[in-house]
Amino acid sequence: MSLVVDNKSAVTQNLLEQLQKKSGKIAFMPDAEIISAIRYLEDKGIPNNKHEDYKYCNIEAVLRKEFKSVEQSFNELTNADIAPLKIDEAINLVVVNGVYNEGLSEKMIVKGLTVKSLNELSSSEKNILSSQAKADTDALIALNTAFSANGLFLQVDKNNVIPMPLHVIYVNSGNANIVANTRSFINVQANAQATLIESFYNIGSAKVFSNFVSEKCVGENAKLICYTFQNEGPLSYSVNTNQVKIGKYSNYNNTTMTLSGELVRNNHNVVLADSNCEAHLNGLFITNGTQQVDNHTLIDHQMPNCESNELYKGIAKDRSTGTFNGKIFVRKDAQKTNAYQSSKNILMSDDATINTKPQLEIYADDVKCSHGTSTGKIDTEALFYLKARGIGEESARKLLLQAFAQELIDKIEIPSLQERVLHLFEKAL
Amino acid sequence: MISIKNLHASIGDKEILRGINLEVKAGEVHAIMGPNGSGKSTLSSVLAGREDYEVTEGEVTFNGKNLLELPAEDRAREGLFLAFQYPVEIPGVSNINFLRTALNEIRAYHGQEEMTAKDFLALVKDKSKLVELDSKLASRSVNEGFSGGEKKRNEIFQMAMLNPKLAILDETDSGLDIDALRIVATGVNKLKSKDNATIVITHYQRLLDYIVPDFVHILYKGRIVKSGGKELALELEAKGYDEIKKEFEIAD
Ligand SMILES: Nc1ncnc2c1ncn2[C@@H]1O[C@H](COP(=O)(O)OP(=O)(O)OP(=O)(O)O)[C@@H](O)[C@H]1O
Ligand SMILES: [Mg+2]
Repeated sequence: MSLVVDNKSAVTQNLLEQLQKKSGKIAFMPDAEIISAIRYLEDKGIPNNKHEDYKYCNIEAVLRKEFKSVEQSFNELTNADIAPLKIDEAINLVVVNGVYNEGLSEKMIVKGLTVKSLNELSSSEKNILSSQAKADTDALIALNTAFSANGLFLQVDKNNVIPMPLHVIYVNSGNANIVANTRSFINVQANAQATLIESFYNIGSAKVFSNFVSEKCVGENAKLICYTFQNEGPLSYSVNTNQVKIGKYSNYNNTTMTLSGELVRNNHNVVLADSNCEAHLNGLFITNGTQQVDNHTLIDHQMPNCESNELYKGIAKDRSTGTFNGKIFVRKDAQKTNAYQSSKNILMSDDATINTKPQLEIYADDVKCSHGTSTGKIDTEALFYLKARGIGEESARKLLLQAFAQELIDKIEIPSLQERVLHLFEKAL
Repeated sequence: MISIKNLHASIGDKEILRGINLEVKAGEVHAIMGPNGSGKSTLSSVLAGREDYEVTEGEVTFNGKNLLELPAEDRAREGLFLAFQYPVEIPGVSNINFLRTALNEIRAYHGQEEMTAKDFLALVKDKSKLVELDSKLASRSVNEGFSGGEKKRNEIFQMAMLNPKLAILDETDSGLDIDALRIVATGVNKLKSKDNATIVITHYQRLLDYIVPDFVHILYKGRIVKSGGKELALELEAKGYDEIKKEFEIAD
């Protein structure tokens, strides 16, 4: 394949050249797909703030500034590195720098559960890869498709209920600038149920650009409860794309908690592909310093009698920025849709910024949709009331912010995960 | 207990308190009355440490300390308590958690250890009885969805829990039905001792039938224009503020 250096996307070209030089050949993506992904990327370029969906989140600028050189100098990790990241109640599976690491993962035989790396997929199974995340729709999906490492495939066979949570620890670690294109596919078949925790970490002193793509399919009458736990630290810049498709009578529930990361962009796209299903997306973030968290959701109601619910809350301190952009499509066949969306935010400093943008496109007539956003400062009346009872400024603030976040923290039904979130949340206050 | 001298306070360009003088000693009950907008709540807010108001002149000594130098939380820790005219709803913060935090921060300020959970719950039980507060209210979010009367009762419950030296009750009687008024007033009376003092702000003699004041002051346009014994309240009840207004209009 030829690379034409094009001025308008010099950043993209530089990234492509470096990645092509330094990445090995990927066995599981068909060549044709890789080539067309690269073409798409060359054509569109890594999105910058001129791109409507990346107005507040200039990925190109991050790459230009922080990832001029990409070393792909990866670290190996040991059990000792992983141990503190594990969650006791769960089966812990580990993906290092995008590669599923069987050696570091817990081995447990659970009826109806398949865990393997992407290149272990049989040729017929391979067909579903990229069925939800199409390289010709999004530049970052294209980048991931072209350079995806040997990620994780996880399947719950039909009619099986996995009794304990599955915890996938995605951890990156480098000695010098790395770009990790992590990919996973989660397939919950008909009548199956699972709880999945996806945790994101960066260990070490190198800067990481993490471009994560996960495809998730929830079959008929199946249920997937997902927790996304993001704690990648100040050296990490990440784009996390979840492409989810859910079937008839199914239930998909995600709670995303963003506790650190210099830049965290979440694209959470859910297609309600059949009737009578429900999707719940929740999110909580707290940012400080110059951190940037950008939650973009897309809920696509395609069929009748479905429900979606979104609740996102954020606290922005210092000079940090938080964004919530929630799109809801109600297609013309999606009668009797109930779609609710709410985004509430607190600005803790004059230099912090919150952007919110609800976007509803409704083509059916018999639907109930509502959305609301609010952004404000901490309630000074409440603060004074607490202080007037002898509670110091600091603890009064904390009480109020915890109260604000409690609703979301309560959604975490795994005690040690809840504790972990609460601990980091309190520390960040 | 508290000594207020020539206190002036404004908000923006507007002067609301225009030279308040008041001396309250331990063991005393003072009532402050006055027409709407005369500055009663402003006075209590300024004393409690609300930062919206700017004190432009005067001084306040509370148990030997310069009150105006202390942040609101330290005033409370020193034993000042304000029962709010409009108690604030705080969704998500439980009444119990709120009071435990308050109590322990006050104790820490005085170098005392945290209260054990057991002692704390015993205290809650004891004090909620005093104002006949439904135990369910104690576990709900602070004032959230409380009726007007429940909010007022909750203020006195908090007062009972924190055991202040000086309590300022800002129209605690408004919004209370007759039974609740009696219960709240009885509670306040039970908390009274020779070592503490109470300032009751009210529009009605009704409350003063229960909480009998040693002194009554009339606040008008930011000044105490008249002081007297408990009979002054009765006189006001009978005649209204007209005479006072006439007399002090010119001094505006
Ligand atoms: N935050 C504020 N901003 C502007 N004006 C204020 C503010 N707070 C108080 N005031 C004004 O100061 C004056 C005194 O108000 P205050 O609430 O102290 O009266 P009050 O005596 O408690 O009245 P009431 O009997 O109605 O409770 C009023 O004219 C009021 O409008
Ligand atoms: Mg008032």
